[in-house]
Amino acid sequence: MLKFKIERAPAPAWMRAIIPLLAVPVTFLLTTLFLLWADANPLQAYYHFLIAPLSSRVSAIEVLVKATPLLLTGAAVAFAFSAGYWNIGAEGQLYAGAMAGAWLGMILKGVSPLLGIPLMLLGGFTAGMLWALIPALLKVRLKVDEVVTTLLLNSVIVFLISFFLNGPWRDPISMWPQSPEIDPGTIFFKLIPRSRLHFGFIVAVAVLALEWLVLKRTAFGMRMRAVGLGKEAARFAGIKVNRTMLTAALVSGGIAGLAGVGEVAGIHFHLIESISDGLGYSGIIIATLGGLNPIGVGLAALFIGLIDTGAQTVSRAMNVPVYLGTVVQATLLLVTLGLFVLQNYRIKRG
Amino acid sequence: MPVIQMQGIVKRFASLTANNHINFDLEQGEIHALLGENGAGKTTLMRILYGLYHADEGQILVNNHPVTIRSPHDAIQNGIGMVTQHFTLVPTLTVAENLTLGQAGSFILNPLEIQRQVEKDSQRLGIPVKPAALVRHLSVGEQQRVEVLKALSRNARVLILDEPTAVLVPQEVEILFDALQRLRQEGLSVIFISHKLPEVMTICDRITVLRDGALVGTVAKSATTATELARMMVGRENFGVARQSERQPAGPLLQVEALQAQGSKGLPALRGVGFMVEAGEILGIAGVSGNGQTELGRVLAGMLRPSGGHIRVDDKNLTGAGPAELAQAGVGCILEDRHASLVDDMTVAENLVLDQLDGFSRGGMLNRARILENARKWIAEYQIKASPNDPIRQLSGGNMQKVILARNLSRTPKVVIAAQPTRGLDVGATDYVRSKLLEQRARGAAVLLISEDLDEIMALADRIAVIYEGSLMGILPAQAATVETLGLMMTGKTLESIRPTPEADHA
Repeated sequence: MLKFKIERAPAPAWMRAIIPLLAVPVTFLLTTLFLLWADANPLQAYYHFLIAPLSSRVSAIEVLVKATPLLLTGAAVAFAFSAGYWNIGAEGQLYAGAMAGAWLGMILKGVSPLLGIPLMLLGGFTAGMLWALIPALLKVRLKVDEVVTTLLLNSVIVFLISFFLNGPWRDPISMWPQSPEIDPGTIFFKLIPRSRLHFGFIVAVAVLALEWLVLKRTAFGMRMRAVGLGKEAARFAGIKVNRTMLTAALVSGGIAGLAGVGEVAGIHFHLIESISDGLGYSGIIIATLGGLNPIGVGLAALFIGLIDTGAQTVSRAMNVPVYLGTVVQATLLLVTLGLFVLQNYRIKRG
Repeated sequence: MPVIQMQGIVKRFASLTANNHINFDLEQGEIHALLGENGAGKTTLMRILYGLYHADEGQILVNNHPVTIRSPHDAIQNGIGMVTQHFTLVPTLTVAENLTLGQAGSFILNPLEIQRQVEKDSQRLGIPVKPAALVRHLSVGEQQRVEVLKALSRNARVLILDEPTAVLVPQEVEILFDALQRLRQEGLSVIFISHKLPEVMTICDRITVLRDGALVGTVAKSATTATELARMMVGRENFGVARQSERQPAGPLLQVEALQAQGSKGLPALRGVGFMVEAGEILGIAGVSGNGQTELGRVLAGMLRPSGGHIRVDDKNLTGAGPAELAQAGVGCILEDRHASLVDDMTVAENLVLDQLDGFSRGGMLNRARILENARKWIAEYQIKASPNDPIRQLSGGNMQKVILARNLSRTPKVVIAAQPTRGLDVGATDYVRSKLLEQRARGAAVLLISEDLDEIMALADRIAVIYEGSLMGILPAQAATVETLGLMMTGKTLESIRPTPEADHA
């Protein structure tokens, strides 16, 4: 009888890069039955899912629009995770940034964009940091598990926003609970006319580049990684573990806050309750897919942006329920994550 | 009549032979100690008996019949029960429920019936437990008794206890020993894994000593002494002592006074330790493991806050200082746990500069060329078999230790703390580490060597202190130290009680 055993062995680096490509045929096999059930041609569906978004200029730009907040939430989560701080609260910190953006947009009447835009960025970053401060302090002072606190605060801020939008900030003209339109001087300018791609995309790319520089090239980044990979050894090397984690947590919150500002100032121009809809949670997936490496995070965010766009394209073009797109998208993500785990194992004849 | 016979047991892990042709037999109604230092192969042998490991060679006989034990299930079938160091109880269930788990019974459970049964067993065996209490509300000692009862409740005739007293306070040790004596009267046999001499001498009938995976011998308690056991545990009759050249007193560099600290279980681990180390000398701290050495090393490395006492380096008070402050003051440390000293997933080059990043960066930006150059230099000087960008994880223990030495000694520290610096290293690496420590001594550093390897202490130290249950039993010059004296001190006798008029001892 042939016997096999499973061994753990690290995969070569190029493996990581081709896994999203391998995931596509596997997902195709897994979801074909669903698509047939919905009377859709699976091959056609996959064309719309992955190729169509890139085949026209308009939809390719839309992929970048979708990727903009994801680049930032992915960067935020990757930064905290690198220091071993498990920030699950990018969602809430994004909302905090969005609140700051909406508020600045209300009070900065007639401001010049030269002042308004930097203030928006600064405000969003600060708000995200403040929302990240409470769990971070609880973690370093009292050793309270940050996974729980950051996660729970996500719900808290949703209710806080609901209060503001149904109360003091409610736009009297609108029938929906939303804040008044922000001042033109605080709106992020468009990168391409008549598209939705805005200045936030440049911010996101710049943040990722900066994060790469900090993590790979600075003393602080090396301390952060040491704390993330071995707290005891880091402490033994004289690194201030708590201070490093606190800084990483706050910067992470700040970056997530920038994503919130971008959505307000570049896309919606006012605050609505559903402004995020899971962008912060996607950030966790993106940070993991990208291996906490800013370059990987960038690619992962673009990949998720692509299948986000694709999910909409499929349902529109083939007249299948929009949920089918979501199912395919979720399967693709699960398969990709699964392959990332499996790449570290080899089957050998024993 | 022996109930268990293990004959010619061999177990290899890759290049390491954990058990080398070991014979072991257990009589009915005896408490039999398996004694040896950490890594001597005691636990391996018992894991083989309980079916957790499989022997490469040798056979096991139960009641004179050869048996094959492939799993704990087989062991239980053969009447063997084991309590490991890590308990396997469900904290949210009651004691009675834990004891019923995994046992065949009727589909519908009657909680009261179960509790009555547990109470009956508990009384019959003389092991007090509270059947209705939730396990998470129990003390460690109480949990251990539940484990013992669990092991016995499946009609075990042989009970294996792996270092049962390591986690207990003295009162709980007494309760455990009472229970064990009761079991002996019932005709059960107990195998007691330990490295603590006094308790072995208290509770056991026979003692089997293992060293470096080999059998040293089996002796009856009535025919031996703690000193002889200590000698059997740690090695040769005559130590290969390399006497140090004489040196002049040069004034104390490291002074420790009345140092106290808590161990990981919250029990006091250091109870007022005091000593000083002069420039250009090595002070060895000997002792059987688990007597406070780990905590002493961690306190002096700044990794554990002392709960009392003082630490002075070159007359500067550093009590309660962190690792960075100690390094600043000229203390270099080699921690007991190599994996807690280096970041496994970072490279050799990164680890070599991790504690001095300010010196390798300008304006916060790393100077990568200098970090690489630094790594090349130390790799060459310490003959580390690795390249600068290899992750530490890929290095052998000896090469990891060299990285730690390079990082700490490169700053020419005034005081060197070396905790178990050669544990688990091969001969070549061991010699290398020892020669480095002697080099530090020659250069005028004060070296504190904490080691369970008595050979090592006798070969390197100028003066030897023995630690027992968190206190020093005395300090004596290496020339005056004999194995007998050290052995007695390791079992808790103070130097004064052994030699009423202590010889010249400038400690």
